[in-house]
Amino acid sequence: MSRYTSATDADRAAMLERIGVQSIDDLFETIPEGVRLDRPLDLPPGRPEQEVFAHLRELASRNVSTDDELSFLGAGMYDHYVPALVDSIISRSEFLTPYTPYQPEVSQGTLQVMFEYQTAISELTGLPVSNATLYEGPSALGAAGFLAYQHHKRTRFLISRGVHPHARETLRTMSAGWGIEVREIPLRDGVTDADALADALGDDVSAVFLSQPNFLGAVEDLEALVPPIKEAGAIAVSACDAMTLGVLRPPGDFGVDIAVGEGQPVGNRLDYGGPSFGFFAAQQAFLRRIPGRIAGETTDVDGRRGFVLTLQTREQHIRRERATSNITTAQTLNALAAIVYLSWLGRQGIVELGELMLQRTAYARRALAAVEGVELLHEQAVVREFAIRVDGGGGGGRDLIHDVIERCAAEGVNPGYRLGADYDEYDDGLLVAITEQRTRADIDRLAEVLGRAVTGARRFRRPEEVTA
Amino acid sequence: MADASYPDDLKYHAEHDWARIDGDTATLGITWYAQDQLGEVVYFDLPQIGSTLTKDQPYAEIESVKAVSDVVAPLSGEIVEVNEGLADSPENVNEDPYGDGWLVRIRLSEPSEVDELMDASTYEGTLS
Repeated sequence: MSRYTSATDADRAAMLERIGVQSIDDLFETIPEGVRLDRPLDLPPGRPEQEVFAHLRELASRNVSTDDELSFLGAGMYDHYVPALVDSIISRSEFLTPYTPYQPEVSQGTLQVMFEYQTAISELTGLPVSNATLYEGPSALGAAGFLAYQHHKRTRFLISRGVHPHARETLRTMSAGWGIEVREIPLRDGVTDADALADALGDDVSAVFLSQPNFLGAVEDLEALVPPIKEAGAIAVSACDAMTLGVLRPPGDFGVDIAVGEGQPVGNRLDYGGPSFGFFAAQQAFLRRIPGRIAGETTDVDGRRGFVLTLQTREQHIRRERATSNITTAQTLNALAAIVYLSWLGRQGIVELGELMLQRTAYARRALAAVEGVELLHEQAVVREFAIRVDGGGGGGRDLIHDVIERCAAEGVNPGYRLGADYDEYDDGLLVAITEQRTRADIDRLAEVLGRAVTGARRFRRPEEVTA
Repeated sequence: MADASYPDDLKYHAEHDWARIDGDTATLGITWYAQDQLGEVVYFDLPQIGSTLTKDQPYAEIESVKAVSDVVAPLSGEIVEVNEGLADSPENVNEDPYGDGWLVRIRLSEPSEVDELMDASTYEGTLS
């Protein structure tokens, strides 16, 4: 018996005897043999604690953080500055449990955080109702799909290829269970192809999913895209990036029904990819179909301002299998980080931050477009991210780009996200993110290193590869 | 809230619905007992005009501060009118379950089903 297993052999024998089973294997009889593992798990033998820690330290030392290299990675998660104030407040022990605050009399702090957070999301998105978070961006988009599926019995979703690949994958996975077909609308010149969207719309379309800005960093023309969706009677869903909403018009202004998004950029660090949170805001008409928890403002018996969970009849502890979602624990600590951050940034600060990103990104775009062998993948308006092609046109860009990224890494620069991982059509594409943490000097260095890497990678290619 | 009552001119279904028959149409609602069990009604999810009801099957949802419950069709038919007033005043279901608190009006597709419903005294007998 190992030190981590509390049951002794005698305990097990007693338990088996009590339930009338001969062996532990008998408990798995109902699982078909074909899917049972017929050998022990392939695990290494036990090792002393010191050795295990040494091994883990060695593994951890292979991580490269954004402090160690000059990183232009984004693609959904962004390296924004998070002030010490955020850690100071979210570290208070009162906030450390995300447990559902069913008892408002002992949970006013948590409930007020949820309420203030909802208010901020509502103001940023221009939509009247926000919930108190979902798990992350992709599942929030999936939840919007579930709302549409429950709202009207239509059979098709349309989703722009500009929506984050993870969110598209999540929606496809969830839709399979509902029997809804998911069709992708292609991009043209970096933005959703409005003609292809118009052709695909019909009275069987339940919802259309867009992203603002889209995965290639391009600002979509929601003013033109949304009306045909509404005319077809479909629900317009837009994934959006809260950090750009200081400079972009809010989705609610364009008649978007549901805005969802990834919350990480708002006051949360990269943290190895999570946890983060997803936000979800909608028009008033969908109030009773919104998933997850909602905190409301009220008054107590003495007329004092207070906060409670509201509209709980949508939730699983009351509505059971017909709940609007199966989520009760939310990402409250992450949302707290977001609302502390937004309060720190302030109404003017988020505008100034947006303007700073616009300026830096425009500067970076010009600098990289001037690099020999690099061209812009699209020329649409962008906020903090844009896409380039590396040695496009010459063919073989896909092979080249791995080499380019490696050469940059060798100089301590991560030039961006390789689009070929998700888009066959952009296999020589690179997605470059410019947060306020990247200075002009950093951008100059990126241009210089990228130029050297492209030149080096081209020279290294053998002649037969160039002509292939 | 109104006092307990089960008007004699209505027909009743075991799932605590009432029907006021008028030729080939019927007005439907939930009984005093049903609204009393639900507690304060906060929302009635209005079904669509033109949608069809099948006797004994749920056709709408009614939400109180305590729960969301199915409303079961006492008769089969097609919805010709919904009580729009409930959108702003769902409490009418509590205050006046047989009047302003009506839910939908339907055109009967199987008028003979009326014979399967209970009269007021029979229904009231099932409640004790």
